[in-house]
Amino acid sequence: MGENKWVAEGRDTFPKLLALNAQRFADRPASREKMYGIWATHTWSQVNEETRAIATGLMELGLKQGERLAIVGSNRPPLYWSMVAAQMIGATPVPVYQDSVAEEMVYVLEHAEVTFAIAENQEQVDKLMSIQDRLPHLRYIIYRDPRGLRNYDHSTLSALHKVQELGRETASKHQAELEQSIANGNADDVCVMLYTSGTTGNPKGVILTNENVVFAAASSVEFEGLKETDETLAYLPMAWVGDFIFSIGQSYYSGFCVACPESPDTMMADLREIGPTYFFAPPAIFENLLTSLTIRMEDAPRWMQRLFKHYIAFAKENGGKILDGESVSFGTKLKYWLGNIFIYGPLKNTLGLSRVRKGYTAGEAIGPEIFAFYRSLGINLKQLYGQTEASVFVTIQPDGEVRDDTVGIASPGVELKVDDDGKVWYRSPGVFREYYKEPEKTAETKDAEGWVDTGDAGFIEKDTGHLRIIDRAKDVGKMADGSLFAPKYVENKLKFYPNIYMAVVHGDGKDTCTAFVNIDLGAVGNWAERNNVAYASYQELAGHPKVYQMIQDHVEEVNASLAQDEMLSGCQISRFLVLHKQLDADDGELTRTMKVRRPTVNERYAPLIDALYDGSKEVFADTEVTYEDGRKGSISATLEIRDVKTMPTISKVAAE
Amino acid sequence: MPDGAADASYVNPRVTGETMMDIKNIVLRFGGVTAIKDVSFDILKGEIRAIIGPNGAGKSSMLNVINGFYHPQEGEIWFNGKKRGPMKPHQIAKQGISRTFQNIALFTGMSTLDNIMTGRLTRMKVNMLMQALWYGPAEREENEHRAVVEKIIDFLEIQAIRKTPVGRLPYGLQKRVELGRALAAEPDLLLLDEPMAGMNVEEKEDMCRFILDVNDEFGTTIALIEHDMGVVMDIADRVVVLDYGQKIGDGTPDEVRNNQNVIDAYLGVSHD
Repeated sequence: MGENKWVAEGRDTFPKLLALNAQRFADRPASREKMYGIWATHTWSQVNEETRAIATGLMELGLKQGERLAIVGSNRPPLYWSMVAAQMIGATPVPVYQDSVAEEMVYVLEHAEVTFAIAENQEQVDKLMSIQDRLPHLRYIIYRDPRGLRNYDHSTLSALHKVQELGRETASKHQAELEQSIANGNADDVCVMLYTSGTTGNPKGVILTNENVVFAAASSVEFEGLKETDETLAYLPMAWVGDFIFSIGQSYYSGFCVACPESPDTMMADLREIGPTYFFAPPAIFENLLTSLTIRMEDAPRWMQRLFKHYIAFAKENGGKILDGESVSFGTKLKYWLGNIFIYGPLKNTLGLSRVRKGYTAGEAIGPEIFAFYRSLGINLKQLYGQTEASVFVTIQPDGEVRDDTVGIASPGVELKVDDDGKVWYRSPGVFREYYKEPEKTAETKDAEGWVDTGDAGFIEKDTGHLRIIDRAKDVGKMADGSLFAPKYVENKLKFYPNIYMAVVHGDGKDTCTAFVNIDLGAVGNWAERNNVAYASYQELAGHPKVYQMIQDHVEEVNASLAQDEMLSGCQISRFLVLHKQLDADDGELTRTMKVRRPTVNERYAPLIDALYDGSKEVFADTEVTYEDGRKGSISATLEIRDVKTMPTISKVAAE
Repeated sequence: MPDGAADASYVNPRVTGETMMDIKNIVLRFGGVTAIKDVSFDILKGEIRAIIGPNGAGKSSMLNVINGFYHPQEGEIWFNGKKRGPMKPHQIAKQGISRTFQNIALFTGMSTLDNIMTGRLTRMKVNMLMQALWYGPAEREENEHRAVVEKIIDFLEIQAIRKTPVGRLPYGLQKRVELGRALAAEPDLLLLDEPMAGMNVEEKEDMCRFILDVNDEFGTTIALIEHDMGVVMDIADRVVVLDYGQKIGDGTPDEVRNNQNVIDAYLGVSHD
């Protein structure tokens, strides 16, 4: 370690990369932020100056090498600068999910022994103050937005711009120390500590070194040919590894510009204004975009709808081929070109995706239909498979080899293997050092040779080298008759329907599979409006017989498609119910990254699961809910349980 | 001190004791009906002053007297140290008092941005021809006004609906836009007529936050009418209570809460 090529080039830490960028890209945009309706741009040399001011200010306030600084807030350039400022001093930034309730935050901040915290606004400051007595190490809180904080006790509280002023005033005093500290930074130093949301147990603090992050950034930048002229929008949680790698790692390495939306609600409008060339989104975002598009198209004049349908159908057939560079007839090319003028071009422009050169989706499986839709418009959307422990990149789909059913080939520098149990392992220079203060857990995940267990079951296709993921290994079980039970695979198939927001499939060790279904209020609500279905609440809509019928049709379609797969035919759903409340991260049912926490769901809804298996026609449910401000209430309802047709396995029929 | 006025010992640091408005012996009659009978109270600079009372107590009439829309038959109003005579509508608009309405009064076909921009109207100096041509000073002036409006949009956290026609917004957001328009005039005194009426708990919490922040951030003096007692007791510095056009109580929330006349009025003791 430490002998890689970046050391010689002075690119082994982010403070050094920043200094380099301030020279090589001095006047190029580094970050943008929309303030008061106008995009404010900072150049790399400005970012360098701002970041150094924060670092000096933090030094003056007493942040020391080896300490940890928490970042709590949504994507804002100054919060990103603060992370690098901490690194300049040799402290470790710990970004935290800003929408966590105070209780969740206590665990992370206490575990990380955070001494300084930088919060975005009053909301986050209040949250931190409410738990301050349980955080013995926390000495100082800094905030970005002073609004509402004027009358607070400022003895251990300060505004970020004041910290910068302090830094500028004391610059000469600390300059030598700061230079020394930056120069001392090396590839083996801790770069960032990120807490994994964890579908079981407490979050774990993943320690990534500079080498990990610089490797991941450098190899992916080279693989995709990212340049300083690229532009991206940072809107995913700062505590998530992807955001750190994209918005700091790749941006600092290649010099591209990171824009931050005005507020989380304006993300779609900001996307259109920025028009990123490099864009990352989890499948949910693409689904939402497509859903709102479909809804809006239904309000368009009849002739426009016809034109739209015609060209979209044409694109579905040919768009993917053209994007992959396959040869098509001249007539097809001409028609696609026309379609681009009438439909695809304006559509991409409306979505803000006109300029996307490289688009990624990851985090969950994406519906084949949705994936194909965006690709058919000519958007180079690709799948990526990664983990916090790998500094994101495990596999990636190269241009021209994009498919909806695989997650691609091993990323550059990554080795892959599948063990006898079907579990996927990887090894690369991007692999994390350890879980903070948890050596046993580190040893469970990472073996002596540096191979890391993904926890996912999958296989590598022999002829193409592409990796296919089946499910979380610990979720994969056996049905009573010994056939394979892969709940997430089935859940994903259900979730591909816009009407279904979430699904939880049960059946490990049982004779049949059953499911909880959560409706998507946006899509089903819109459907209800169009079909004159009156409802007063989520609960009433979820329990509506017509909604039940619609969900039943979806479940039957899923069963039909499962029946074609000999391996997974046993996972067909025999009974289901529609839940009376939306599964929510505030209730602990989902992780902050919107993945189902199975143990919690099984425990909270145990009576419902029993009812699914005892043959009853309905079940009474009383569920505790947590409101956003932390208060608790309860929702109760009588839920109907429906039986669903299951299909015989196709290949068996053929054999008989 | 995050909980502000909820704490009994809390003193609003913006209140210096200087009187902004002195209302003396107001009598307001509509034909034979006397809506306000000899009411006097004052509004101090920097405070949040609530006017409460049962239905028909004369609260909205009082607000209309304060902003100069109704001319009381008797009594005096002193505003910023000067006695106020009868005013023409344009004088009312320019005196530095702006208000929101019980029933939202926005231009539903116009965007949030444009609606708030109308609040700047009294501060526009360039004549109509120049504005139509958007020439020189007109452009500069519009930019200045837009900057103020954008600060308000940011303050009220309504960036996402900047360009949305107001008619398409839910009620709670429309209320917020109306507050935005009132703020755009940069008033000395802001009158809010039932700002929380018809809102759910979450919207009420947001609105309380904004009212406290307006007071704190801009130092605006606020007089509000509200039905929700919990809200009033939490955010107001002082409360005046009206019943059947008469003042029956005046003081801090705690004093008012323990005032026997007020308790009677709210619990419904018969009037003779």
